[in-house]
Amino acid sequence: MEKLVLTEEEQMVRESAAGFLAEQAGPDELRAIRDNENPLGYSAETWQQMIELGWPAILVAEEQGGLGFSHTAMGQIMELAGNTLACSPLFATAVAGASVLSLGGTDAQKSELLPMVAAGELTLALAIDETARHDPASIAMTADSNGDGHRLNGSKCFVADGNVADQLIVSARTSGVTGDADGISLFLVPRDADGVAVTRTPMVDSRNAATVRFSDVSVGSDQLLGVLDKGMAILQPALNIANVHLAAELLGIANESFQRTLQYLKERKQYGVFIGTFQALQHRAAILWTEIELCKSIVLKALRALDDSPEDAALLASMAKVKTCRTAELATNEAIQMHGGIGMTDEFDIGFFLKRARVAQLLFGDHRYHLNRCAELSGY
Amino acid sequence: MQDLTSFREETREWLEENCPTSMRKRMLEKDVCSGGRQFKFQSEDQKLWLDRMIARGWTAPTWPKDYGGGGLTQDQAKVLREEMARITARPPLQGMGTWMIGPAILEFGSEAMKQQHLPPIVRGEIRWCQGYSEPNAGSDLAGLQARAEDHGDHFIVNGQKVWTSNADQSDWMFCLVRTDPDVKKQAGISLVLFDMESEGVTVRPVRLISGASQFCEAFMENVRVEKDQVVGDVNNGWTIAKYLLTHEREMIGGIGNAAAAKSLGEEAVAAVGLHDGRLADEALRAEVAGWEVDFRCHQLTMERVRDEIAARGVGNTSAMIKYYGTEMNMRRFELLIALQGADALQWNDESEARRWLRSKGNSIEGGTSEILLNIIAKRILELG
Repeated sequence: MEKLVLTEEEQMVRESAAGFLAEQAGPDELRAIRDNENPLGYSAETWQQMIELGWPAILVAEEQGGLGFSHTAMGQIMELAGNTLACSPLFATAVAGASVLSLGGTDAQKSELLPMVAAGELTLALAIDETARHDPASIAMTADSNGDGHRLNGSKCFVADGNVADQLIVSARTSGVTGDADGISLFLVPRDADGVAVTRTPMVDSRNAATVRFSDVSVGSDQLLGVLDKGMAILQPALNIANVHLAAELLGIANESFQRTLQYLKERKQYGVFIGTFQALQHRAAILWTEIELCKSIVLKALRALDDSPEDAALLASMAKVKTCRTAELATNEAIQMHGGIGMTDEFDIGFFLKRARVAQLLFGDHRYHLNRCAELSGY
Repeated sequence: MQDLTSFREETREWLEENCPTSMRKRMLEKDVCSGGRQFKFQSEDQKLWLDRMIARGWTAPTWPKDYGGGGLTQDQAKVLREEMARITARPPLQGMGTWMIGPAILEFGSEAMKQQHLPPIVRGEIRWCQGYSEPNAGSDLAGLQARAEDHGDHFIVNGQKVWTSNADQSDWMFCLVRTDPDVKKQAGISLVLFDMESEGVTVRPVRLISGASQFCEAFMENVRVEKDQVVGDVNNGWTIAKYLLTHEREMIGGIGNAAAAKSLGEEAVAAVGLHDGRLADEALRAEVAGWEVDFRCHQLTMERVRDEIAARGVGNTSAMIKYYGTEMNMRRFELLIALQGADALQWNDESEARRWLRSKGNSIEGGTSEILLNIIAKRILELG
């Protein structure tokens, strides 16, 4: 059984990522992207450096030109990206997208597309939700048979990177009715295909999200991912992976919000003393620290499960998302409150953490969604 | 790692052969073997199991073999715990001796003291109790007033202790006493050991809200304590007390783990039932699932802390483990009451009522939750 400490190799990934992200991709960069209304939604230069560091290749197998390194290693980068609020296609492409391709792609699809992902030449987005609250079985979008292939009609919302990704991974109903887990199929659709209309939906976290409409979009049989009607068999494990990495990001957000708040408690004076000497604030800080320590344990365990024991991954992924969602919510709310008035100003960075936390919480299911799933997976 | 694998195989085989079937059932409080002069075995299997484990030194697996321990490494001890858990083997011996004073004597005691006290602990012959709190020294433990006067080759101890768990069932006490009243309060404390049969020791059980009398008051009136029964140096007792509190906190923090015969989810299904595969009460369902998540996180944190200490030798987490663990245990009992309804509040030995009431002490004993949050804020977060 792998221990709940990082190996030397994982520790090295963490340390090198920490240096790069703090220097290159901190809140200042995010602020600039927002204020300059950068249509790409991320810094092309930072993304290029991430590619050179090999990050998009981490989860891609060696036979497809990747590094075949671990989820635990990638999770360190995701956590640190939460610390610095780094925005890039890394999550949507190299975590969520790459996982769907690896789990469901045919040999031909994998050998064509995954090397491009690893090399940073292809970006992806998961277009699966049709409702404002995550519900992957609630699919009304249709894919009717059309000769050898299918014809897609419907609409997707809250598609992270949907406005910039080269290809979209789309879930559509090929049989059954809305709400059935069976009868859903996955298709790979170029964003610029005929009949695809993308509208960027600006979000509070200033990152990329889009509504995507499909009108009689023709897809060939080579664009089907996995088995017809059995898309959930790929999507569910891919969502487990995505949620564990979001949990890692949320841990980073919670921890950085807390560290900044802790620093503020040691700098801000009222009544002639540092406000950190007040027991009312000390106890709240101590409780928050405890919750963050618990998050570290469940996130590391869930990452290890993705690497070593996939049979445990579903429950641990949902548990990790529950715990980190709740803690990130608490940590960012407490951060604003303990910073007082200055925490409400746009000039101060702490608000960026609050905004990103809520979007990351909602993406692929908030803690209520995953609490329900924990109960289901536990037989009650 | 190959060594550990073969150790695991040998251990598994040995346990299969030597752990009686009746000792492989989840245990209640009444099934605990605590040893000591007054202890009466409840079955022949209980005695057989204890004797076999004593022979291997596995009542204190990591203690050196010289003192009757098992001489195992931390990694081997973890394997033993896992293998025992695999067949739900009961701990053969539990108590303050192996958990608390034994480790302190190993760390701070003289060679003669180790030879005198450790083997009887390993063999379950002597049961220990802890004399810490006093009527006017609770959270402010260092303000304790029981005093030991120097009489040349021995001390004379006078004072009173409270919340002394199982003092009426115990054979020896490890006791914090003031040996120097004229210095800063932490600097004048010593940890002394004495036999409860000594002249001048009186014990009175205290009835608790649960109806049980696990806690006692202990009165010391001119009790003679030999000089060689001071653990470590005279006036250095506070250091040892803090070391012991760390142990105690980790132990209390882990209470939920051993005590739970069924998972809370299983308890919930048994009490409330399923409707279309979901717990029949939606509000309780969310609370139960939320508790299960937090419980798993706490368990994993204890595991992570152990792994980190093994890998890097650092750890400053006992306050957190205790704070969160006791909150978990108390929340668990509140949920059990909610799940079982009025049945749980019946005043008898079978209901959850007594255990629920007992759990209220968890966030008080071994450092209150508020004291633990102070410790985290000051020592770890370095706030004022």
